[in-house]
Amino acid sequence: MAAVDDLQFEEFGNAATSLAANPDATTVNIEDPGETPKHQPGPPRGSGREEDDELLGNDDSDKTELLAGQKKSSPFWTFEYYQTFFDVDTYQVFDRIKGSLLPIPGKNFVRLYIRSNPDLYGPFWICATLVFAIAISGNLSNFLIHLGEKTYHYVPEFRKVSIAATIIYAYAWLVPLALWGFLMWRNSKVMNIVSYSFLEIVCVYGYSLFIYIPTAILWIIPQKAVRWILVMIALGISGSVLAMTFWPAVREDNRRVALATVVTIVLLHMLLSVGCLAYFFDAPEMDHLPTTTATPNQTVAAAKSS
Amino acid sequence: MAEAEESPGDPGTASSRPLMRDLKAVGKKFMHVLYPRKSNTLLRDWDLWGPLILCVTLALMLQRDSVDSEKDGGPQFAEVFVIVWFGAVTITLNSKLLGGNISFFQSLCVLGYCILPLTVALLICRLVLLADPGPVNFMVRLFVVIVMFAWSIVASTAFLADSQPPNRRALAVYPVFLFYFVISWMILTFTPQ
Repeated sequence: MAAVDDLQFEEFGNAATSLAANPDATTVNIEDPGETPKHQPGPPRGSGREEDDELLGNDDSDKTELLAGQKKSSPFWTFEYYQTFFDVDTYQVFDRIKGSLLPIPGKNFVRLYIRSNPDLYGPFWICATLVFAIAISGNLSNFLIHLGEKTYHYVPEFRKVSIAATIIYAYAWLVPLALWGFLMWRNSKVMNIVSYSFLEIVCVYGYSLFIYIPTAILWIIPQKAVRWILVMIALGISGSVLAMTFWPAVREDNRRVALATVVTIVLLHMLLSVGCLAYFFDAPEMDHLPTTTATPNQTVAAAKSS
Repeated sequence: MAEAEESPGDPGTASSRPLMRDLKAVGKKFMHVLYPRKSNTLLRDWDLWGPLILCVTLALMLQRDSVDSEKDGGPQFAEVFVIVWFGAVTITLNSKLLGGNISFFQSLCVLGYCILPLTVALLICRLVLLADPGPVNFMVRLFVVIVMFAWSIVASTAFLADSQPPNRRALAVYPVFLFYFVISWMILTFTPQ
Protein backbone atom coordinates (compact mmCIF):
# COMPACT_ATOMS: atom_id res chain seq x y z
CA MET A 1 0.00 0.00 0.00
CA ALA A 2 1.21 3.50 -0.67
CA ALA A 3 2.30 5.76 2.14
CA VAL A 4 0.02 8.63 3.09
CA ASP A 5 2.44 11.18 1.64
CA ASP A 6 2.20 9.69 -1.80
CA LEU A 7 -1.55 10.03 -1.91
CA GLN A 8 -1.35 13.78 -1.74
CA PHE A 9 -2.07 15.70 -4.86
CA GLU A 10 1.13 15.97 -6.90
CA GLU A 11 2.24 18.68 -9.25
CA PHE A 12 2.63 17.57 -12.87
CA GLY A 13 6.39 17.58 -12.86
CA ASN A 14 6.74 15.78 -9.55
CA ALA A 15 5.06 12.57 -10.59
CA ALA A 16 8.15 11.35 -12.35
CA THR A 17 10.48 12.35 -9.53
CA SER A 18 8.30 10.83 -6.84
CA LEU A 19 8.13 7.60 -8.80
CA ALA A 20 11.86 7.66 -9.13
CA ALA A 21 12.22 8.27 -5.40
CA ASN A 22 9.77 5.57 -4.41
CA PRO A 23 9.15 3.07 -7.19
CA ASP A 24 6.47 1.20 -5.25
CA ALA A 25 4.27 4.23 -4.80
CA THR A 26 1.18 4.92 -6.83
CA THR A 27 0.87 8.34 -8.26
CA VAL A 28 -2.09 9.86 -9.99
CA ASN A 29 -0.88 11.45 -13.15
CA ILE A 30 -3.35 13.52 -15.12
CA GLU A 31 -1.18 14.50 -18.04
CA ASP A 32 -3.39 15.25 -20.95
CA PRO A 33 -7.08 15.59 -20.28
CA GLY A 34 -7.79 15.18 -23.96
CA GLU A 35 -6.24 11.74 -24.06
CA THR A 36 -7.83 10.28 -20.97
CA PRO A 37 -11.33 9.55 -22.33
CA LYS A 38 -9.81 7.26 -24.91
CA HIS A 39 -7.88 5.29 -22.33
CA GLN A 40 -10.76 4.70 -19.98
CA PRO A 41 -11.30 0.98 -19.52
CA GLY A 42 -14.77 1.61 -18.10
CA PRO A 43 -16.61 -0.66 -15.70
CA PRO A 44 -17.57 -4.08 -17.03
CA ARG A 45 -20.97 -3.76 -18.64
CA GLY A 46 -23.70 -6.24 -19.30
CA SER A 47 -24.09 -6.87 -23.00
CA GLY A 48 -27.67 -5.67 -22.98
CA ARG A 49 -26.75 -2.25 -21.72
CA GLU A 50 -23.92 -1.73 -24.19
CA GLU A 51 -26.06 -0.28 -26.90
CA ASP A 52 -27.74 2.08 -24.50
CA ASP A 53 -24.42 3.18 -23.11
CA GLU A 54 -23.09 3.93 -26.53
CA LEU A 55 -26.15 5.98 -27.22
CA LEU A 56 -26.41 7.72 -23.90
CA GLY A 57 -22.79 7.78 -22.81
CA ASN A 58 -23.94 7.36 -19.22
CA ASP A 59 -20.85 5.91 -17.72
CA ASP A 60 -18.35 8.43 -18.88
CA SER A 61 -20.56 11.47 -19.03
CA ASP A 62 -19.53 12.64 -15.58
CA LYS A 63 -15.86 12.23 -16.26
CA THR A 64 -16.05 13.79 -19.66
CA GLU A 65 -17.99 16.76 -18.27
CA LEU A 66 -15.21 17.31 -15.78
CA LEU A 67 -12.52 16.90 -18.37
CA ALA A 68 -14.30 19.16 -20.81
CA GLY A 69 -14.25 21.79 -18.10
CA GLN A 70 -10.56 21.17 -17.58
CA LYS A 71 -9.77 21.41 -21.25
CA LYS A 72 -11.28 24.78 -22.02
CA SER A 73 -9.80 26.61 -19.10
CA SER A 74 -8.17 29.44 -21.06
CA PRO A 75 -10.16 32.66 -21.18
CA PHE A 76 -11.93 33.24 -24.44
CA TRP A 77 -9.78 36.14 -25.53
CA THR A 78 -6.62 34.08 -25.73
CA PHE A 79 -5.48 32.17 -28.78
CA GLU A 80 -5.13 28.95 -26.77
CA TYR A 81 -8.86 28.88 -26.16
CA TYR A 82 -9.54 28.58 -29.86
CA GLN A 83 -6.76 26.09 -30.33
CA THR A 84 -8.72 23.62 -28.24
CA PHE A 85 -11.29 23.50 -31.02
CA PHE A 86 -8.67 22.40 -33.53
CA ASP A 87 -7.18 19.66 -31.41
CA VAL A 88 -7.66 16.89 -33.92
CA ASP A 89 -5.32 14.73 -35.91
CA THR A 90 -5.69 13.73 -39.53
CA TYR A 91 -6.91 10.23 -38.74
CA GLN A 92 -9.56 11.59 -36.38
CA VAL A 93 -10.98 13.87 -39.06
CA PHE A 94 -11.05 10.97 -41.50
CA ASP A 95 -12.77 8.77 -38.91
CA ARG A 96 -15.44 11.38 -38.34
CA ILE A 97 -16.02 11.83 -42.05
CA LYS A 98 -16.27 8.05 -42.42
CA GLY A 99 -18.75 7.95 -39.56
CA SER A 100 -20.91 10.52 -41.27
CA LEU A 101 -20.91 8.50 -44.51
CA LEU A 102 -21.70 5.14 -42.93
CA PRO A 103 -24.35 5.57 -40.29
CA ILE A 104 -24.52 2.41 -38.23
CA PRO A 105 -27.95 1.89 -36.73
CA GLY A 106 -27.79 2.26 -32.98
CA LYS A 107 -24.47 4.08 -32.92
CA ASN A 108 -24.49 7.70 -31.93
CA PHE A 109 -22.14 9.87 -33.97
CA VAL A 110 -21.40 12.21 -31.11
CA ARG A 111 -20.61 9.54 -28.55
CA LEU A 112 -18.74 7.33 -30.93
CA TYR A 113 -16.60 9.80 -32.79
CA ILE A 114 -16.64 13.15 -31.11
CA ARG A 115 -16.26 11.95 -27.52
CA SER A 116 -16.11 15.41 -25.95
CA ASN A 117 -13.56 16.64 -28.41
CA PRO A 118 -15.66 18.63 -30.84
CA ASP A 119 -13.61 20.34 -33.46
CA LEU A 120 -14.31 23.28 -35.69
CA TYR A 121 -11.86 22.23 -38.39
CA GLY A 122 -14.23 19.71 -39.97
CA PRO A 123 -17.36 21.85 -40.08
CA PHE A 124 -15.54 24.93 -41.35
CA TRP A 125 -13.58 23.31 -44.17
CA ILE A 126 -16.35 20.94 -45.18
CA CYS A 127 -18.66 23.93 -45.54
CA ALA A 128 -16.00 25.85 -47.50
CA THR A 129 -15.48 22.90 -49.84
CA LEU A 130 -19.21 22.47 -50.23
CA VAL A 131 -19.68 26.14 -51.14
CA PHE A 132 -17.15 25.91 -53.94
CA ALA A 133 -18.31 22.46 -55.02
CA ILE A 134 -21.87 23.69 -55.46
CA ALA A 135 -20.90 26.93 -57.18
CA ILE A 136 -18.40 25.31 -59.55
CA SER A 137 -20.56 22.28 -60.32
CA GLY A 138 -23.56 24.50 -60.95
CA ASN A 139 -21.53 26.62 -63.30
CA LEU A 140 -20.17 23.58 -65.15
CA SER A 141 -23.56 21.95 -65.36
CA ASN A 142 -25.17 25.06 -66.80
CA PHE A 143 -22.36 25.34 -69.31
CA LEU A 144 -22.81 21.74 -70.46
CA ILE A 145 -26.58 22.04 -70.64
CA HIS A 146 -26.54 25.19 -72.72
CA LEU A 147 -23.64 24.09 -74.89
CA GLY A 148 -24.51 24.56 -78.53
CA GLU A 149 -27.23 27.11 -77.94
CA LYS A 150 -26.67 30.00 -80.25
CA THR A 151 -27.85 32.61 -77.78
CA TYR A 152 -25.87 31.35 -74.81
CA HIS A 153 -22.73 33.18 -73.75
CA TYR A 154 -20.75 31.56 -70.98
CA VAL A 155 -20.40 33.54 -67.78
CA PRO A 156 -18.53 32.37 -64.68
CA GLU A 157 -21.45 33.41 -62.43
CA PHE A 158 -19.19 34.55 -59.68
CA ARG A 159 -21.97 36.09 -57.64
CA LYS A 160 -23.29 32.66 -56.88
CA VAL A 161 -20.25 31.83 -54.79
CA SER A 162 -21.13 34.45 -52.19
CA ILE A 163 -24.77 33.39 -52.21
CA ALA A 164 -23.78 29.76 -51.73
CA ALA A 165 -21.43 30.73 -48.91
CA THR A 166 -24.14 32.68 -47.12
CA ILE A 167 -26.66 29.87 -47.40
CA ILE A 168 -24.36 27.08 -46.31
CA TYR A 169 -22.65 28.83 -43.45
CA ALA A 170 -25.95 30.19 -42.18
CA TYR A 171 -27.39 26.69 -42.21
CA ALA A 172 -24.33 25.22 -40.51
CA TRP A 173 -24.44 27.74 -37.65
CA LEU A 174 -27.99 28.95 -37.20
CA VAL A 175 -29.79 25.63 -37.33
CA PRO A 176 -27.52 24.11 -34.64
CA LEU A 177 -28.03 27.25 -32.58
CA ALA A 178 -31.80 26.97 -32.83
CA LEU A 179 -31.69 23.24 -32.12
CA TRP A 180 -29.42 23.72 -29.13
CA GLY A 181 -31.69 26.40 -27.74
CA PHE A 182 -34.69 24.17 -28.25
CA LEU A 183 -33.02 21.21 -26.55
CA MET A 184 -31.95 23.36 -23.61
CA TRP A 185 -35.51 24.59 -23.23
CA ARG A 186 -36.92 21.07 -23.32
CA ASN A 187 -34.23 19.98 -20.89
CA SER A 188 -35.50 22.44 -18.36
CA LYS A 189 -38.96 20.90 -18.59
CA VAL A 190 -38.17 17.22 -18.98
CA MET A 191 -35.08 15.68 -17.47
CA ASN A 192 -33.21 14.30 -20.46
CA ILE A 193 -30.34 11.94 -19.90
CA VAL A 194 -28.47 13.00 -22.95
CA SER A 195 -27.62 16.58 -23.70
CA TYR A 196 -25.22 17.96 -26.22
CA SER A 197 -23.14 21.08 -26.08
CA PHE A 198 -23.52 23.66 -28.80
CA LEU A 199 -20.19 22.79 -30.38
CA GLU A 200 -21.04 19.11 -30.56
CA ILE A 201 -24.22 19.93 -32.46
CA VAL A 202 -22.29 22.22 -34.83
CA CYS A 203 -19.79 19.40 -35.30
CA VAL A 204 -22.46 16.83 -36.18
CA TYR A 205 -24.12 19.15 -38.62
CA GLY A 206 -20.83 20.07 -40.24
CA TYR A 207 -19.74 16.49 -40.76
CA SER A 208 -23.19 15.44 -41.92
CA LEU A 209 -22.88 17.91 -44.79
CA PHE A 210 -19.89 16.04 -46.18
CA ILE A 211 -22.04 13.69 -48.28
CA TYR A 212 -23.24 16.68 -50.28
CA ILE A 213 -19.81 17.35 -51.73
CA PRO A 214 -19.74 14.28 -54.01
CA THR A 215 -23.47 14.74 -54.53
CA ALA A 216 -22.93 18.28 -55.82
CA ILE A 217 -20.23 17.07 -58.18
CA LEU A 218 -22.47 14.30 -59.48
CA TRP A 219 -25.29 16.79 -59.99
CA ILE A 220 -23.42 17.94 -63.08
CA ILE A 221 -25.04 15.00 -64.88
CA PRO A 222 -27.95 16.66 -66.66
CA GLN A 223 -30.55 14.02 -66.01
CA LYS A 224 -33.44 14.87 -63.74
CA ALA A 225 -33.93 11.30 -62.56
CA VAL A 226 -30.25 10.93 -61.65
CA ARG A 227 -30.28 14.18 -59.71
CA TRP A 228 -33.31 13.25 -57.68
CA ILE A 229 -31.95 9.81 -56.90
CA LEU A 230 -28.79 11.51 -55.64
CA VAL A 231 -30.89 13.84 -53.47
CA MET A 232 -32.65 10.86 -51.94
CA ILE A 233 -29.45 8.95 -51.26
CA ALA A 234 -27.68 11.93 -49.72
CA LEU A 235 -30.69 12.83 -47.63
CA GLY A 236 -31.02 9.24 -46.49
CA ILE A 237 -27.45 9.04 -45.30
CA SER A 238 -27.02 12.41 -43.64
CA GLY A 239 -30.60 12.48 -42.40
CA SER A 240 -30.12 9.17 -40.66
CA VAL A 241 -26.88 10.36 -39.06
CA LEU A 242 -28.70 13.37 -37.67
CA ALA A 243 -31.78 11.42 -36.65
CA MET A 244 -29.76 8.79 -34.80
CA THR A 245 -27.78 11.49 -33.06
CA PHE A 246 -30.73 13.51 -31.84
CA TRP A 247 -33.25 10.81 -31.13
CA PRO A 248 -31.67 9.88 -27.77
CA ALA A 249 -31.75 13.53 -26.78
CA VAL A 250 -35.49 13.87 -27.21
CA ARG A 251 -36.91 10.41 -26.67
CA GLU A 252 -37.50 10.98 -22.96
CA ASP A 253 -39.78 13.79 -23.94
CA ASN A 254 -43.37 13.83 -25.02
CA ARG A 255 -43.73 11.45 -27.96
CA ARG A 256 -45.14 14.02 -30.32
CA VAL A 257 -42.52 16.63 -29.50
CA ALA A 258 -39.75 14.10 -30.04
CA LEU A 259 -41.09 12.99 -33.40
CA ALA A 260 -41.72 16.56 -34.49
CA THR A 261 -38.15 17.53 -33.63
CA VAL A 262 -36.57 14.73 -35.59
CA VAL A 263 -38.89 15.27 -38.53
CA THR A 264 -38.07 18.99 -38.55
CA ILE A 265 -34.35 18.25 -38.56
CA VAL A 266 -34.66 15.97 -41.55
CA LEU A 267 -37.04 18.35 -43.30
CA LEU A 268 -34.65 21.30 -42.98
CA HIS A 269 -31.89 19.14 -44.35
CA MET A 270 -34.00 18.24 -47.33
CA LEU A 271 -34.91 21.87 -47.85
CA LEU A 272 -31.24 22.77 -48.04
CA SER A 273 -30.38 20.17 -50.64
CA VAL A 274 -33.44 20.69 -52.82
CA GLY A 275 -33.03 24.45 -52.60
CA CYS A 276 -29.40 24.26 -53.69
CA LEU A 277 -30.29 21.93 -56.53
CA ALA A 278 -33.04 24.24 -57.74
CA TYR A 279 -31.08 27.47 -57.47
CA PHE A 280 -27.61 26.57 -58.67
CA PHE A 281 -28.40 23.96 -61.27
CA ASP A 282 -30.54 24.78 -64.26
CA ALA A 283 -33.10 22.21 -65.20
CA PRO A 284 -32.04 20.08 -68.13
CA GLU A 285 -34.69 21.08 -70.62
CA MET A 286 -36.47 18.67 -72.83
CA ASP A 287 -35.57 20.44 -76.05
CA HIS A 288 -31.94 19.85 -75.32
CA LEU A 289 -31.88 16.34 -76.58
CA PRO A 290 -29.70 15.87 -79.65
CA THR A 291 -31.17 17.69 -82.64
CA THR A 292 -32.31 14.60 -84.45
CA THR A 293 -35.83 15.95 -84.71
CA ALA A 294 -34.70 19.38 -85.95
CA THR A 295 -35.42 20.47 -89.49
CA PRO A 296 -32.56 20.39 -91.99
CA ASN A 297 -32.26 24.20 -91.89
CA GLN A 298 -31.71 24.23 -88.15
CA THR A 299 -29.10 21.50 -88.26
CA VAL A 300 -27.17 23.41 -90.90
CA ALA A 301 -27.31 26.55 -88.79
CA ALA A 302 -26.23 24.63 -85.69
CA ALA A 303 -23.32 23.11 -87.56
CA LYS A 304 -22.20 26.56 -88.76
CA SER A 305 -22.27 28.08 -85.29
CA SER A 306 -20.19 25.37 -83.53
CA MET B 1 16.92 54.66 -44.65
CA ALA B 2 18.57 57.02 -47.16
CA GLU B 3 22.30 57.31 -46.84
CA ALA B 4 23.70 60.49 -45.38
CA GLU B 5 26.08 61.28 -48.20
CA GLU B 6 26.87 59.96 -51.61
CA SER B 7 30.02 60.14 -53.63
CA PRO B 8 29.77 62.07 -56.91
CA GLY B 9 30.39 59.05 -59.12
CA ASP B 10 27.59 57.02 -57.55
CA PRO B 11 25.34 55.27 -60.08
CA GLY B 12 22.23 55.38 -57.88
CA THR B 13 20.67 58.11 -55.81
CA ALA B 14 20.14 57.72 -52.09
CA SER B 15 16.52 56.70 -52.45
CA SER B 16 16.89 54.19 -55.26
CA ARG B 17 19.47 51.97 -53.58
CA PRO B 18 17.10 50.55 -50.91
CA LEU B 19 14.50 50.23 -53.68
CA MET B 20 16.87 48.19 -55.81
CA ARG B 21 17.69 46.09 -52.78
CA ASP B 22 14.01 45.40 -52.16
CA LEU B 23 13.37 44.62 -55.80
CA LYS B 24 16.27 42.22 -55.81
CA ALA B 25 14.91 40.52 -52.69
CA VAL B 26 11.51 40.14 -54.35
CA GLY B 27 13.08 38.81 -57.51
CA LYS B 28 15.16 36.33 -55.56
CA LYS B 29 12.03 35.01 -53.88
CA PHE B 30 10.32 34.67 -57.25
CA MET B 31 13.20 32.46 -58.33
CA HIS B 32 12.82 30.40 -55.18
CA VAL B 33 9.18 29.83 -55.98
CA LEU B 34 9.89 28.86 -59.56
CA TYR B 35 12.55 26.38 -58.49
CA PRO B 36 11.33 25.24 -55.10
CA ARG B 37 13.96 23.71 -52.91
CA LYS B 38 14.03 23.37 -49.19
CA SER B 39 15.60 26.71 -48.48
CA ASN B 40 14.66 29.10 -45.74
CA THR B 41 14.87 32.31 -47.69
CA LEU B 42 11.14 32.75 -48.09
CA LEU B 43 10.54 32.10 -44.46
CA ARG B 44 13.41 34.02 -42.92
CA ASP B 45 13.26 37.27 -44.84
CA TRP B 46 9.59 37.49 -45.48
CA ASP B 47 8.08 40.46 -47.18
CA LEU B 48 4.66 41.20 -48.55
CA TRP B 49 5.68 43.23 -51.61
CA GLY B 50 5.76 40.21 -53.86
CA PRO B 51 2.31 38.98 -52.85
CA LEU B 52 0.94 42.48 -53.28
CA ILE B 53 2.35 42.84 -56.79
CA LEU B 54 1.05 39.39 -57.76
CA CYS B 55 -2.37 39.97 -56.27
CA VAL B 56 -2.80 43.32 -57.97
CA THR B 57 -1.70 41.83 -61.31
CA LEU B 58 -4.11 38.95 -60.90
CA ALA B 59 -7.01 41.19 -59.91
CA LEU B 60 -6.35 43.69 -62.70
CA MET B 61 -6.30 41.02 -65.36
CA LEU B 62 -9.25 39.04 -64.03
CA GLN B 63 -11.67 41.85 -63.49
CA ARG B 64 -14.52 42.12 -65.89
CA ASP B 65 -15.05 45.14 -68.01
CA SER B 66 -17.18 47.53 -66.02
CA VAL B 67 -18.67 48.97 -69.19
CA ASP B 68 -19.89 45.63 -70.38
CA SER B 69 -20.68 44.23 -66.96
CA GLU B 70 -23.11 41.37 -67.10
CA LYS B 71 -24.97 40.54 -63.99
CA ASP B 72 -23.32 37.24 -63.29
CA GLY B 73 -19.95 37.64 -64.88
CA GLY B 74 -16.50 37.18 -63.56
CA PRO B 75 -15.12 38.67 -60.37
CA GLN B 76 -14.47 42.34 -59.85
CA PHE B 77 -11.09 43.69 -58.86
CA ALA B 78 -12.06 43.95 -55.21
CA GLU B 79 -13.50 40.45 -55.18
CA VAL B 80 -10.27 38.89 -56.39
CA PHE B 81 -8.30 40.93 -53.89
CA VAL B 82 -10.57 39.89 -51.04
CA ILE B 83 -10.51 36.24 -52.02
CA VAL B 84 -6.74 36.10 -52.20
CA TRP B 85 -6.05 37.95 -48.96
CA PHE B 86 -8.97 36.57 -46.99
CA GLY B 87 -8.13 33.09 -48.18
CA ALA B 88 -4.46 33.47 -47.24
CA VAL B 89 -5.33 34.82 -43.79
CA THR B 90 -7.81 31.99 -43.19
CA ILE B 91 -5.27 29.36 -44.18
CA THR B 92 -2.66 30.95 -41.95
CA LEU B 93 -5.05 31.07 -38.99
CA ASN B 94 -6.00 27.47 -39.63
CA SER B 95 -2.37 26.44 -39.69
CA LYS B 96 -1.64 28.24 -36.45
CA LEU B 97 -4.73 26.87 -34.72
CA LEU B 98 -3.67 23.36 -35.64
CA GLY B 99 -0.45 24.00 -33.79
CA GLY B 100 1.96 24.97 -36.53
CA ASN B 101 5.06 26.90 -35.62
CA ILE B 102 5.17 29.30 -38.50
CA SER B 103 4.58 32.96 -37.92
CA PHE B 104 1.57 34.77 -39.31
CA PHE B 105 3.41 36.93 -41.83
CA GLN B 106 5.77 34.19 -42.92
CA SER B 107 2.81 32.08 -43.91
CA LEU B 108 1.14 34.97 -45.74
CA CYS B 109 4.41 35.60 -47.54
CA VAL B 110 4.74 31.99 -48.72
CA LEU B 111 1.12 31.72 -49.83
CA GLY B 112 1.33 35.02 -51.67
CA TYR B 113 4.56 34.23 -53.47
CA CYS B 114 3.32 30.82 -54.55
CA ILE B 115 0.59 32.49 -56.59
CA LEU B 116 3.34 33.32 -59.08
CA PRO B 117 2.89 30.18 -61.26
CA LEU B 118 -0.83 30.86 -61.49
CA THR B 119 -0.22 34.46 -62.51
CA VAL B 120 2.04 33.18 -65.25
CA ALA B 121 -0.75 30.81 -66.27
CA LEU B 122 -3.15 33.73 -66.50
CA LEU B 123 -0.76 35.63 -68.75
CA ILE B 124 -0.41 32.60 -71.00
CA CYS B 125 -4.16 32.12 -71.06
CA ARG B 126 -4.71 35.69 -72.14
CA LEU B 127 -2.26 35.23 -74.97
CA VAL B 128 -3.86 31.94 -76.01
CA LEU B 129 -7.29 33.56 -75.97
CA LEU B 130 -6.15 35.97 -78.68
CA ALA B 131 -6.26 33.04 -81.06
CA ASP B 132 -9.58 31.73 -82.31
CA PRO B 133 -11.78 30.07 -79.66
CA GLY B 134 -12.56 26.40 -79.81
CA PRO B 135 -11.96 23.16 -77.99
CA VAL B 136 -8.24 23.11 -78.82
CA ASN B 137 -7.90 26.56 -77.31
CA PHE B 138 -9.65 25.35 -74.19
CA MET B 139 -7.51 22.23 -73.95
CA VAL B 140 -4.33 24.25 -74.11
CA ARG B 141 -5.54 26.59 -71.39
CA LEU B 142 -6.70 23.68 -69.25
CA PHE B 143 -3.32 22.00 -69.56
CA VAL B 144 -1.43 25.17 -68.68
CA VAL B 145 -3.63 25.90 -65.66
CA ILE B 146 -3.34 22.34 -64.36
CA VAL B 147 0.43 22.36 -64.63
CA MET B 148 0.73 25.73 -62.91
CA PHE B 149 -1.73 24.68 -60.21
CA ALA B 150 0.40 21.63 -59.45
CA TRP B 151 3.48 23.83 -59.40
CA SER B 152 1.91 26.22 -56.88
CA ILE B 153 0.88 23.38 -54.62
CA VAL B 154 4.31 21.77 -54.73
CA ALA B 155 6.05 25.09 -54.09
CA SER B 156 3.90 26.08 -51.13
CA THR B 157 3.90 22.60 -49.60
CA ALA B 158 7.68 22.52 -49.76
CA PHE B 159 7.76 25.56 -47.53
CA LEU B 160 4.76 25.04 -45.31
CA ALA B 161 4.68 21.31 -44.65
CA ASP B 162 7.64 21.29 -42.32
CA SER B 163 6.04 23.70 -39.92
CA GLN B 164 3.28 21.28 -38.95
CA PRO B 165 3.48 18.25 -36.69
CA PRO B 166 3.40 15.17 -38.92
CA ASN B 167 0.05 13.89 -37.73
CA ARG B 168 -1.68 17.06 -38.89
CA ARG B 169 0.15 17.80 -42.06
CA ALA B 170 -2.70 16.77 -44.35
CA LEU B 171 -5.11 18.93 -42.37
CA ALA B 172 -2.92 21.98 -42.91
CA VAL B 173 -2.20 21.31 -46.59
CA TYR B 174 -5.77 20.70 -47.73
CA PRO B 175 -6.91 24.34 -47.38
CA VAL B 176 -3.92 25.39 -49.47
CA PHE B 177 -5.09 22.97 -52.14
CA LEU B 178 -8.60 24.42 -52.01
CA PHE B 179 -7.27 27.98 -52.19
CA TYR B 180 -5.17 27.43 -55.30
CA PHE B 181 -7.94 25.35 -56.85
CA VAL B 182 -10.38 28.24 -56.57
CA ILE B 183 -7.84 30.66 -58.06
CA SER B 184 -7.16 28.21 -60.89
CA TRP B 185 -10.87 27.94 -61.54
CA MET B 186 -11.15 31.72 -61.77
CA ILE B 187 -8.26 31.79 -64.23
CA LEU B 188 -9.62 28.95 -66.35
CA THR B 189 -13.10 30.40 -66.64
CA PHE B 190 -11.85 33.82 -67.54
CA THR B 191 -13.59 34.96 -70.68
CA PRO B 192 -12.79 38.37 -72.06
CA GLN B 193 -15.70 40.30 -73.47
